[in-house]
Amino acid sequence: MRKKRLTKTISRMPLHTIVILVALIWILPAMGVLVTSFRFPHDVASTGWWVMFKNPFNSAQYTLENYIAVITQCGIGRAFLNSFIITIPATVLPIIIAAFAAFAFAWMRFPGRQSLFVILVGLLVVPLQMTLIPILRVFNRLGLSGTFPGIWLAHTGYGLPLAMYLLHNSVAGLPGDLFDSAEIDGASSFYIFFRLVLPLCLPAIASLAIFQFLWIWNDLLVALVYLGGAPSVAPITVQVSSLVGSYGQAWELLTAAVFISIIPPLILFFSLQRYFVRGILAGSIKE
Amino acid sequence: MHTKSSTPWLYLGPALAILTFFLIYPSVNTIYLSFFGKNSRSFVGAKNYVYVFTNRTMLTALRNNALWVAIFVPSTVFLGLIFAVMLDRVKYETVIKFIIFMPMAISFVGASVIWKFVYAYRPASAPQIGLLNAFRGIFHFIPLPWLIERPLINNFCLIVVGVWVWTGFCMVILSASYKSLPKQLLEAARIDGANEWKVFWKIIFPLMIPTITVLITTQVINVLKVFDIVYVMTNGNFGTEVIANRMYKEMFNFRNFGRASTIAVVLLLFILPIMLVNLNRFRRQGAK
Repeated sequence: MRKKRLTKTISRMPLHTIVILVALIWILPAMGVLVTSFRFPHDVASTGWWVMFKNPFNSAQYTLENYIAVITQCGIGRAFLNSFIITIPATVLPIIIAAFAAFAFAWMRFPGRQSLFVILVGLLVVPLQMTLIPILRVFNRLGLSGTFPGIWLAHTGYGLPLAMYLLHNSVAGLPGDLFDSAEIDGASSFYIFFRLVLPLCLPAIASLAIFQFLWIWNDLLVALVYLGGAPSVAPITVQVSSLVGSYGQAWELLTAAVFISIIPPLILFFSLQRYFVRGILAGSIKE
Repeated sequence: MHTKSSTPWLYLGPALAILTFFLIYPSVNTIYLSFFGKNSRSFVGAKNYVYVFTNRTMLTALRNNALWVAIFVPSTVFLGLIFAVMLDRVKYETVIKFIIFMPMAISFVGASVIWKFVYAYRPASAPQIGLLNAFRGIFHFIPLPWLIERPLINNFCLIVVGVWVWTGFCMVILSASYKSLPKQLLEAARIDGANEWKVFWKIIFPLMIPTITVLITTQVINVLKVFDIVYVMTNGNFGTEVIANRMYKEMFNFRNFGRASTIAVVLLLFILPIMLVNLNRFRRQGAK
């Protein structure tokens, strides 16, 4: 019996080796960035980050000065804040608007319901490149380019078709009897929407919110086009990409900046993993 | 529900207004602008379209997008499939899946910097701080400027970044599909003496083809729009240009709104047939 288990373990050694090797390949690049962001500039310039493996617990080789430098001197602190200012309203707005529309499409009767729904969700096929020039021109005329409200609205527009599609699926799946009895009790449609529909769809809304949050937090193109590079409004992705241009060889700064930029998505990833995976899978048809 | 005939429009109003202004109107306008010149004043007919398919940089961009499709799509789907099947056999599956899926949380900007550091290059006399060139050094190869070495190596290096980000996504989807396969079927084949290789190619793979097809179409659409990685890592220099980055340049660097609009329309024309196939399948699945 023991011998059998031993041969089994040995015959599976190649499998384990490959799996561990793959995991290493996946994690090493990110690890290099993490380690480098805590090293002294002269160390970063003269030796590879892996030399820290020789003596990983020697705290004298680590420093926080890169983080302090990027936050105070490279505009990463401001950009981090801007990213939140951009992302939170641009996540909430499309979800609320989409939920309203999904409710009407799923439970109300009006002429052209089916075809209107198909057309609006069909807008998923439009790559956002198709919209950049006309919207930018209107924004310039209205003074909305380079402002937060402008980009909130733009992200709302880009997020709506997918949000409507996903929320429609879950709103339509709610039991209709519930609404009927609420109506008999004299509930208005607003009451039904806010007290029944929204709470019952919370899991779907959570997945969608995570997807939308990530999509906007990680977005580069939309921010570049509508906000330009002005540091007062630029989100962290724009700021990091401009640091690549100006501090291309100062890896200790670039790596610290990148690490700050990926903290919020990583926190979401670690804390809400189930919704996270569901959100990404649901959103996959958009990308 | 019983509502007044005006109530639905109250709920639909905001969505209709926003979608009209941010998607419908601009799309129509962009198609219109693609037939006009630099400043959208003079009608130029199909001149911009001729430019898109004859200009040298544009042809490079088109070629590179084809290269991305040809390498990125099969790599992510195939690696995702192998990982899904392989990891099903180890006890620490969750941990490894977690690691491989993690890049999905990171922005392409972040991923690009992470990999730019892996590719970091210095002359042979200096100590190498990039992982890849240090690795070459172990075998006494001279360091390579990965992102400048054209046209195959640098494009390949950019594509690797995309593969690093997206393989986890494919893996998670394929793993869900793999775990839902009828296990008795696989067992029966093994008892009948089929080896693992045969079981994979004759049973597992054919059964997973529907999922794989969906993934392939999704990934093709993703890759046609690739922008961030190229913008951050090379900005399309050294023969690494792609369609979306070219459009950005026409728009902001050259202020040629006719050409930029045309590039957007061409992108739409590439994506549209694939999307229609996808939507059609969704509809058929919904009908079942």
